Amino acid sequence: MITIGVNGEVRTVEVSAWKRLLDVLREDLRLTGTKEGCGEGECGACTVLLDGVPVNSCLVAAGQCDGRAVTTVEGLARRGIDGSTVLHAVQRELVVRGGAQCGICTPGIAVCAAHLCDSDALAGPGDARAKVRELLAGNICRCTGYQLIVDAVIAAASPASNQEGGS
Amino acid sequence: MQTQSGGPVGQSVPRVDGVAKVTGTARYLDDLDLPGAQHGVTVRSTIAHGTFDGLDRDPAFDWTGITVVTADQLGWGKGLAAGGFGENYIAMLDTDQPALLPMGGCIKHVDEPLALVAAPTRARALAARAALTPRQTAKPPVLTVDDALAADIKLYKDDNVFKSFLIRKGHVDDDEFEIAMAGAATVIEGTYETGAQEQMYIETQAMAAWPDAGGLRIAGSMQCPYYVHKAMKVLLGCGPDEVAVAQTVTGGGFGGKEEYPSMLAAHCAMLASAVGGPVKMVYDRDEDIAATTKRHPSRVRHRLGLRSDGSICAIDVDVIMDGGAYLTLSPVVLSRGVLHAAGPYRCDVTRVRGRAVATNHPPHGAFRGFGAPQTTFAYERQIDKAASHHGVAPWEFRDRHALRAGDTTATGQLLEASVGTDDIIRAIRDVAGAAPARDGINRHGAPVKRGRGFAFYFHGAGFTGSGEQRLAGRATVRATADGRFEVLASSTDMGQGAITIFTQIAAGALGVAPELVRVPDPATDEVPDSGPTVASRTCMVVGGLVERAARTLRLRIEAWADTAGVKGDLGALAAAMFGRKAELDPQHGGIAETVQYEPPPGIHWDDATYTGQAYPCYGWAGCLVDVEVDLDTREVALLRCVHAVDVGKAINPVIVKGQIEGGTVQALGWAVLENIVYKDGRVANANMTNCIVPTFADIPELETVIVECPYPFGPSGAKGVGEIPMDGPAAAVANALGDALGVAFDRIPVMPEDIARALRRGDA
Amino acid sequence: MTAYLRPATLAEAVAARAAHPDWMVLAGGTDLMVNANHRPEPPGIVDLWGCADLRGIVRSPDTLRIAAGTPWLEIIRHPDVNKHLPILVAAAREIGAMQIQARGTIGGNIVTSSPVGDSLPVLLALDASLDLASPRGRRIVPYHEFCTGYRTTRLAVDELIAAVIIPLPDAATHLSWRKVGTRAAQSISKVMAAAAIHVEDGRIVWARFGLGAVAARPIRAVAAEHAAARRAPDAATARAVGDALAGEITPISDIRSAADYRLEVAQNLLMRFVLNAGRA
Ligand SMILES: Cc1cc2nc3c(=O)[nH]c(=O)nc-3n(C[C@H](O)[C@H](O)[C@H](O)COP(=O)(O)OP(=O)(O)OC[C@H]3O[C@@H](n4cnc5c(N)ncnc54)[C@H](O)[C@@H]3O)c2cc1C
Ligand code: FES
Ligand code: FES
Repeated sequence: MITIGVNGEVRTVEVSAWKRLLDVLREDLRLTGTKEGCGEGECGACTVLLDGVPVNSCLVAAGQCDGRAVTTVEGLARRGIDGSTVLHAVQRELVVRGGAQCGICTPGIAVCAAHLCDSDALAGPGDARAKVRELLAGNICRCTGYQLIVDAVIAAASPASNQEGGS
Repeated sequence: MQTQSGGPVGQSVPRVDGVAKVTGTARYLDDLDLPGAQHGVTVRSTIAHGTFDGLDRDPAFDWTGITVVTADQLGWGKGLAAGGFGENYIAMLDTDQPALLPMGGCIKHVDEPLALVAAPTRARALAARAALTPRQTAKPPVLTVDDALAADIKLYKDDNVFKSFLIRKGHVDDDEFEIAMAGAATVIEGTYETGAQEQMYIETQAMAAWPDAGGLRIAGSMQCPYYVHKAMKVLLGCGPDEVAVAQTVTGGGFGGKEEYPSMLAAHCAMLASAVGGPVKMVYDRDEDIAATTKRHPSRVRHRLGLRSDGSICAIDVDVIMDGGAYLTLSPVVLSRGVLHAAGPYRCDVTRVRGRAVATNHPPHGAFRGFGAPQTTFAYERQIDKAASHHGVAPWEFRDRHALRAGDTTATGQLLEASVGTDDIIRAIRDVAGAAPARDGINRHGAPVKRGRGFAFYFHGAGFTGSGEQRLAGRATVRATADGRFEVLASSTDMGQGAITIFTQIAAGALGVAPELVRVPDPATDEVPDSGPTVASRTCMVVGGLVERAARTLRLRIEAWADTAGVKGDLGALAAAMFGRKAELDPQHGGIAETVQYEPPPGIHWDDATYTGQAYPCYGWAGCLVDVEVDLDTREVALLRCVHAVDVGKAINPVIVKGQIEGGTVQALGWAVLENIVYKDGRVANANMTNCIVPTFADIPELETVIVECPYPFGPSGAKGVGEIPMDGPAAAVANALGDALGVAFDRIPVMPEDIARALRRGDA
Repeated sequence: MTAYLRPATLAEAVAARAAHPDWMVLAGGTDLMVNANHRPEPPGIVDLWGCADLRGIVRSPDTLRIAAGTPWLEIIRHPDVNKHLPILVAAAREIGAMQIQARGTIGGNIVTSSPVGDSLPVLLALDASLDLASPRGRRIVPYHEFCTGYRTTRLAVDELIAAVIIPLPDAATHLSWRKVGTRAAQSISKVMAAAAIHVEDGRIVWARFGLGAVAARPIRAVAAEHAAARRAPDAATARAVGDALAGEITPISDIRSAADYRLEVAQNLLMRFVLNAGRA
């Protein structure tokens, strides 16, 4: 039996320690927001946060997650006081700025980019856009040409954007 | 949100499916709950050419719960109603491609489907597949277009030619053509090659089928539900109402989900009928790369006859495309390729020949641009060489010789309205700035060479010639009882924003807020056939239908309200109208307007001679690329990419920008790093580690300029945008590399290995 | 169902390894889990991730000791590594992308021992050693003796890598690194080279060149090192280094690159390193 904190809830699953975290999420927990684009660690569509760090869930064994915390795309938004969904700044900017087209890469990009915005990864000296391009290079998007995603992440990372609005 | 007519059009309304996509709630095929669904996998050939002799099962494997289907057990000719199937081919343009190869049949490519397996879990299905070994006898394969044309081994008819075209302008026969060419002061000659390209949509091919009300229901990732529907009618041997095809949220297509989904649907249907319940098939990435269609590799011979003033007196183009093992859509791809092959330049004497040939490669097929990127690469390299021959700056040379209103294209089409040349020329000039310094040192201390390249091109919007008339696409807009509106069209949204654009167009024409308009996922039993989602036709053609249907509906509701003396906004009027049963249209159970395509006046096209108005209108584009080549490693860094594209009218500027930039990056990748490596007919790099596409870090900040030269017959002036961005950037990159290194790069992708070899040979 | 053990200490890990020789030793999983659905299910997993003894970086007066289970991201962010071993940071930043760097470990890279393992030429140039642990005790093996052939190493079946020990280069040693991959990020190397070049009084005293993707295993370019030693870091020396290299490697062509290209680029990289050492 494996116990994982998923998006703040304790979940237990009866699976082989070898099962991919990706499949545990999609099949056992029916959290299908996390996508499989390759199963090789190349596309980043399966990105989730494991103990707060972005990882490819197709490369993590279920056993390794026992007792750890996982955040998926379903866990990025939060409930507002009135019960409505309040998108993470990155989610909001991706919608507004056209950073999601077909959307299949979007959950992985949203999770990874949310981590960048919520950590100090983009702070400090140096061109923030170049940093976004280096740090998101593990997420392949075939639709957008990347430009509008970079725009969205930069907008979401700006201090102004942290007084978030509703969806 | 504004609600006056035309309000939302031209605004960057956030995509209507955006929130579902960023929160992970959008349901793609593999995300659906399909209770009891079995998992299907495919047993494939391992040789490029030969015979399929049989299928061996490992007796040691536990076969309980496993279903194995081969073509021989399906009851062909009996039809669905009698528990059998119809005909064993994928109905597209020809009948040559079997859905599942029968025993004794001729294997024509590696990874051809030979048998199908279903099991309750994916792991079991994969294990069972590993326990099945096809028996095959190999024959010598045809792996080059030259061998195909030699026709010593016959794969298709007597000459291995799937399709050929000949376009003549300003001459009657070859002798006359050569006389015109002989009048040239200079003839620029070149041979240009482009490689196969993988679409690499991030959602792999995915489909499901299940028995439903005596018939069959298909759902999956696709561009064209009615293509699949047509293929299923033939395969199953059934009427149009016995099978329904529904699109699920689709994670990218780019042409790759135009023809191949019919194959997947056929396989799901076979397995679903064998197990008597739902079956889903989701390809692994490796299988998707290895087995599904790619962009046609091409070889284009191009002769450009120039007068001493640099004007063009004759153009001669010979296009050869490797169609792969089956015909699929090759004739249509070739058609678009040859129609664009002479380029957007003034010339009175033009000859274009084209052939698509059969080889033992997996079939090549639709990919954004549809043949035009291949021929654009050739003519834009040629134009660069011509400019340099005349000592004229490359952009200036294009400005001098590009088509303008009043000129005619290679098919003799007189260009009247909506010619974007001047705007594009100006747009690029305005932002070009100085070219980068030729020499420099990079952060590794390595010497670099820099250069700048341009390309100018056009792309016909919509189907070729009389295609739209023949297709007679339809779309419906209807009011619902709650005072809302729905757009019913078979156009799919695979990320390009179709449903948002339709929402905006309909809302604009109805004069209501976009929030009141919904575009349901298309299913063939619910939406009319608006034609396939291809050819940059969705916004211009289907969008036009939506606009007209919406406008007609509005007039009808308003007219009724006038007579009935009801007041309010259109939603309220519609809701009121619902209260009067007599007004309701029984067929749609509501108030609906369906319109059918009507060609703009004066369209003439002759399919036999390939002359006339090839396309209702063209989009125009220009691209500027700056490159830097590291002389230690021969690596290419893209420093700048400016892309100006004429879209007629940007219904939604952010979506248009996204379309342009997505296409641009696919083109840049095709130019410098996307490389399908075929080895003995097999894709040798069939995984995402080795079959690579650009990442965030490979691409410079893109400078996108949207140019609007309205097309009078498009919705609010819009014309296509989907494909044109794919056409030109590759040539601009090759031209820039030529500028940087003084070496001609006539084959793409230009890999560092090619640059190293060229510099070593001293091509400079 | 695969069994699972998560040893908390190195001693426990060694014991678990010894007790279950047929189980999979898993660290970050970025090599072992690729296409996991198509791999046979292992009987059990010994998970080194989270084993405290296998994580962390310790500085002593003349070495840095990097525990084998330390992921690349931690190496990239560590001030001492940045200060003393910038080429290891540079290499680590080019291993996959952020998600891979978050999980992939230095020990995993060493044990996978791929000819395209990006840290390996760096370890050769820096003359690193490995601290190996087994039920029989500990031993230190110089890294340049560790890799024996195509994906083969001197690691015994019951052994684990405990740590990588890297001597701190002095100020007179010029460090260089360059990866030439298939694209700008998340790419597989076609050629990569690392160098430590010790320059005193305008002359190269010694040089160590580590190369990857040009042979069945990562190699030291010994002849090129000899060609550089006791000469000025100038164009003539660079040429001699390039020529010597041509005599000692015979790269292959494969789906990613070509033999002639690999040789030419490997030569250019070493030549550039020599020239840069002269300029610094
Ligand atoms: C998308 C992608 C991109 C990549 N890019 C690169 C790249 O650019 N450059 C590069 O070099 N590599 C790359 N890799 C490979 C991989 O990430 C690295 O080799 C990584 O360092 C492996 O570490 P790991 O901890 O994940 O190894 P694991 O997969 O956990 O293990 C690898 C091997 O090491 C053994 N092992 C691990 N730790 C120990 C130990 N302490 N003692 C004994 N045995 C041990 C395991 O048993 C296994 O045999 C990439 C991988 C992927 C999936
Ligand atoms: S599915 Fe995990 S990286 Fe592609
Ligand atoms: S939006 Fe389609 S892959 Fe990124």
